[in-house]
Amino acid sequence: MIALSDYLILAAVLFSLSIAGIFINRKNLIILLMCVELMLLAVNINFIAFSHFLGDTAGQVFVFFILTVAAAEAAIGLAILMVLFRNRRTINVEDLDTLKG
Amino acid sequence: MTFEKFLFYVFAAVLVFAATMVITRRNPVHSALFLVLAFFSSAGIWLLAEAEFLAIVLVLVYVGAVMVLFLFVVMMLDVDVATMRAGFMRNLPVGLLILFVLVLEMFIVVGPGIFGLDMIPAPAPQPADYNNTAVLGSVLYTVYMYPFEIAAVILLVAIVAAIGLTMRKRPETKSQNQSAQVQVRSEDRVRVVKMASEQKMEIKR
Repeated sequence: MIALSDYLILAAVLFSLSIAGIFINRKNLIILLMCVELMLLAVNINFIAFSHFLGDTAGQVFVFFILTVAAAEAAIGLAILMVLFRNRRTINVEDLDTLKG
Repeated sequence: MTFEKFLFYVFAAVLVFAATMVITRRNPVHSALFLVLAFFSSAGIWLLAEAEFLAIVLVLVYVGAVMVLFLFVVMMLDVDVATMRAGFMRNLPVGLLILFVLVLEMFIVVGPGIFGLDMIPAPAPQPADYNNTAVLGSVLYTVYMYPFEIAAVILLVAIVAAIGLTMRKRPETKSQNQSAQVQVRSEDRVRVVKMASEQKMEIKR
């Protein structure tokens, strides 16, 4: 039988991989957005696993809402990316320093 | 090892491989396609956890909509890949270090000693007539009615924001002016011409 720890370790590996992806692809904004999507996927795997093992549908409802918000986030993020590229002709994170942050 | 466990390991291996490819590929299009593979294999894992509705929703919404949006945007921007990859090898050791530290820490927290089968036994499989979609729907439309409506509003706001951000006026674009269309009068459009009636002409051969 598949144990709960199997799901949780898989989600942990996925989450760590996406954090490592943010560290090693620090310049490419598109890859950074994809890494955020992977992180949300890892969190969703945790929710589904706990929902399955505790016999509670609330976890699946939460995954439903996370999917909704993630879709909205991706749409707005990519729209902002398009506007940035149109104005600055680059999506390199290091060139986006108008605010001198 | 049961067949379920075998399937789980196959899906998990494909998922981890695809995630590794997403963060290491040079071409963003390849990254997006490997992300599609990751979503598909995690949909398989969700099926193993008896979340059938969400597995299908993941494939339909993520692979069908969000990843296609990603691919469109990647193809619309001409990204200079070489400068994007400049710090890759320099940042790789830091990334690997953080990867191993995080995995080790989370393994200690959620490992088999704490969430193993001895601690939380696997639930009995659902009967054959169990309907995941009906169960989820019955909760979603009663207990979670207001959050569901708020989610709909969030999606609407996202649509409006995405269109509002990316839309721009271009001089060559042709568009209708509804105000001028409504204000037009018949005198501006129709001109009555008085003229004598036409004569019938004989065609000579």
